Amino acid sequence: MVSTPSNALGPTRARQGQAARTPTAWHACRALLRRDFVLAWRRRGELFLPLLYAVIVTALFPFALGPDPQLLGRIAGGVLLVIVVLAMLPALDSMFRSDLEDGTLEQWLLAPQPLALLALTRVIAHWLTTVLPLLVVMPLLGALLDLPAGVLPVLLVALLLATPLLALLGSVLSALAAGARRSGILLALMLLPLAVPVVIFAAGAIAAAQSGMPYLAPLAWLAAALAMAIVLAPLACAAALRIAVES
Amino acid sequence: MMPSSATPAPLLSAHRLAFSRNDEPVFGPLDFSIGRGETVLVEGDNGSGKTTLLRVLAGMLPPSAGEIRFEGAPATRDVCDGRLLWLGHRSGMNESLSARENLEFLAGLYGVHADVDAEAAMQRVGIAGWIDEPLRALSAGQKKRVALARLLLLPGDLWLLDEPYANLDRHGIELVNALVTGHCAGDGAALVTSHGAVRFADPCARHIHLEA
Repeated sequence: MVSTPSNALGPTRARQGQAARTPTAWHACRALLRRDFVLAWRRRGELFLPLLYAVIVTALFPFALGPDPQLLGRIAGGVLLVIVVLAMLPALDSMFRSDLEDGTLEQWLLAPQPLALLALTRVIAHWLTTVLPLLVVMPLLGALLDLPAGVLPVLLVALLLATPLLALLGSVLSALAAGARRSGILLALMLLPLAVPVVIFAAGAIAAAQSGMPYLAPLAWLAAALAMAIVLAPLACAAALRIAVES
Repeated sequence: MMPSSATPAPLLSAHRLAFSRNDEPVFGPLDFSIGRGETVLVEGDNGSGKTTLLRVLAGMLPPSAGEIRFEGAPATRDVCDGRLLWLGHRSGMNESLSARENLEFLAGLYGVHADVDAEAAMQRVGIAGWIDEPLRALSAGQKKRVALARLLLLPGDLWLLDEPYANLDRHGIELVNALVTGHCAGDGAALVTSHGAVRFADPCARHIHLEA
């Protein structure tokens, strides 16, 4: 490393003399999390929409089907699962949109940080800000539909595994579709075949719990898929982000 | 091949570098190199491929032919990441966040120079008073100045500046020239595109001329 006498340069700084330390990946992830949380707080009105959507749809079900506690209790698990999946969908589209449009992704690409790790951090921030509130109100929604008390914990565990999995799958598609116009429809169409197995396993666990059967196997499958997605999806997402910036 | 012991390899060099989009040549083949302390001005009319050249050099577009070397080694992501600073048409800043929040986030990714913080950088580009305003409250020229503050704050050897003069007033243009001159005096290098309407500070700067 060349060291330059800084006083000789007057107002300009001797850049090589001051070895600038590259932040660690952990430091970078924390900076990204903090930024995303601040942004989420500034746009908290938007974050409220999925929550509002889930509450309204859940509240409408008893009116549409009639106030029959047995019927409602039987379908509640599946209905809540589908409502959460649908409530997640619109927000997935915007996971990378604004960052592509304002050039932030260009800065991500040139940063001395692994892009896949930044993508994973973004998914975590997205899940915490848009999906976690849905899970928090889940006991209330369950009560609205007369969900059996014993099923609620299984529903929550199934959602805790299924929603991050969907967010990870959605992040890859969102990155792929970010460059396209009207990508919302494209994203929904692409996510559907990927979401079906996730919904089947989650619903399988809920149905098994409801009929008093062992429900661990479908949950274990979801957990296995989540573990795989945590490793693979950020890599695919990073590749898709590079393509999005190229075009 | 290269007598690396006698003369240090240039910071960035391009050999027979060309780029075509859908078999339509955009620029090249080009041969040039930039050493430390040098400023290279890329000139050409609209659509002559200035931005594309910069994007290829930044690694955001793969070249169609030729190669790019960074300090003598092939320019891979591992070699270049963090050494290049990019200032493009898009600000790279979120409009809902303030300049301080934007700069601190980028500092978290890139690191900072030892003696600079966001406030000092904003002071230098002349809009310290706006540091806590959301960017959407700023004018286009002020946003450009925030982007320039980023160059001061983040460490990086080679600046790739795409039309840095756009939206800036006379003082802003002088500021860009001063920043580039300062950076090159501090052993950095800069590649600057311009459509030729603005007088460049350093009359000795080398020029690359692109034809449409």
